[in-house]
Amino acid sequence: MLLILLGVLVMHLIILILLIVSTAASTWSVGGDRTTDLWYTCTNSNGGYHCKPAISEDWLQAVQALMILSLLFCFFSLIAFLFQLFKLVKGGRFFFTAIFQILASVFVMCAAIIYTVMSPDDGSVKFGYAYVLAWVSFPLTLISGLIYIVLRKKE
Amino acid sequence: MLTFVALASVLLLGIVPEQTEAISIYTGWERHALLGSDVRLSCSFFSWRGTSDDVTFSWTYRPDGSRDSISIFHYTSGQAYVDNKGPFRDRVEFVGNPGKRDGSILIKNLDYNDNGTFTCDAKNPPDIVGRPSSVRLLVFETVPIQAGVITGAIIGVVLGLLVLIVVIYYLMRFLVARRVFSLSVRSVSAGGFCCQGLEERPEPIPGTDTCVAKRA
Repeated sequence: MLLILLGVLVMHLIILILLIVSTAASTWSVGGDRTTDLWYTCTNSNGGYHCKPAISEDWLQAVQALMILSLLFCFFSLIAFLFQLFKLVKGGRFFFTAIFQILASVFVMCAAIIYTVMSPDDGSVKFGYAYVLAWVSFPLTLISGLIYIVLRKKE
Repeated sequence: MLTFVALASVLLLGIVPEQTEAISIYTGWERHALLGSDVRLSCSFFSWRGTSDDVTFSWTYRPDGSRDSISIFHYTSGQAYVDNKGPFRDRVEFVGNPGKRDGSILIKNLDYNDNGTFTCDAKNPPDIVGRPSSVRLLVFETVPIQAGVITGAIIGVVLGLLVLIVVIYYLMRFLVARRVFSLSVRSVSAGGFCCQGLEERPEPIPGTDTCVAKRA
């Protein structure tokens, strides 16, 4: 039982770290020597390395908001998990934790989908590692949330 | 009688909608951008006909306070032609996708002289009747209040809803506990007796002693 709890906690922490990296690193699109989105567009031209703010389009702001929200909800879910671990009645389920975690996964999914559909279609621009991390963290968060639904506090 | 029938049939045939609506062009209303940054001016259209290979996009620019407009971009026959003589020389880039009815351009390294109205006109032969749409560009020196308004609004609304839901949950729990207080009978030892009206509850409220929770 302790091993399961430890495993679940480690998975939750890994998901939180993935979400932090995906939200903070401005490498959702890379092309040539330019990395862009969500927050900055940085180029490594002959003048050096300089960044300017990313385009302020409506959809990009929505992606920013959804990523931040999913990060917050994952964090709330961690706090709720630790809280419920000590306060839950025997045999109870981690409902709050599961709800927050599943909401976080839904937000990450929405952010990734909006970015995929709306990102400008350019031949030389590919998706960067932050984008991949966002898609990877979506099923992980969902599975983690479902585990919390199934998990019961030991009698 | 016959004339009435004839008139009615002519009227009905006239009312039946044919797909002759003009092409509709959509751009933004206003765009705010920072001095020195890039701005993407989006332009898309809706046409009842499928996108043909001869679709054309043209962008024209009219500075603030002027009455003349100059052409800065033209896309036709699968080729994009950008401004190479005017004020946007080497600063316009085509980032649209004509196959997806998108004729957006990217204007790089903005200056105060770029304040003005950009007009997008799209034609999708044979659907060529349409009204061009304009977007106004405003260049700011400091971050305008617009950037991040949507981000903040979405975050604020969702967190507010969360707080509201939690408050309502605890309120309900408090109220139900007060009402149930007189009803709750802990007679699990009797084996089988349970309060009426509580059996249908699908899941136990954690923390309170409801009969369902005790039985589980």
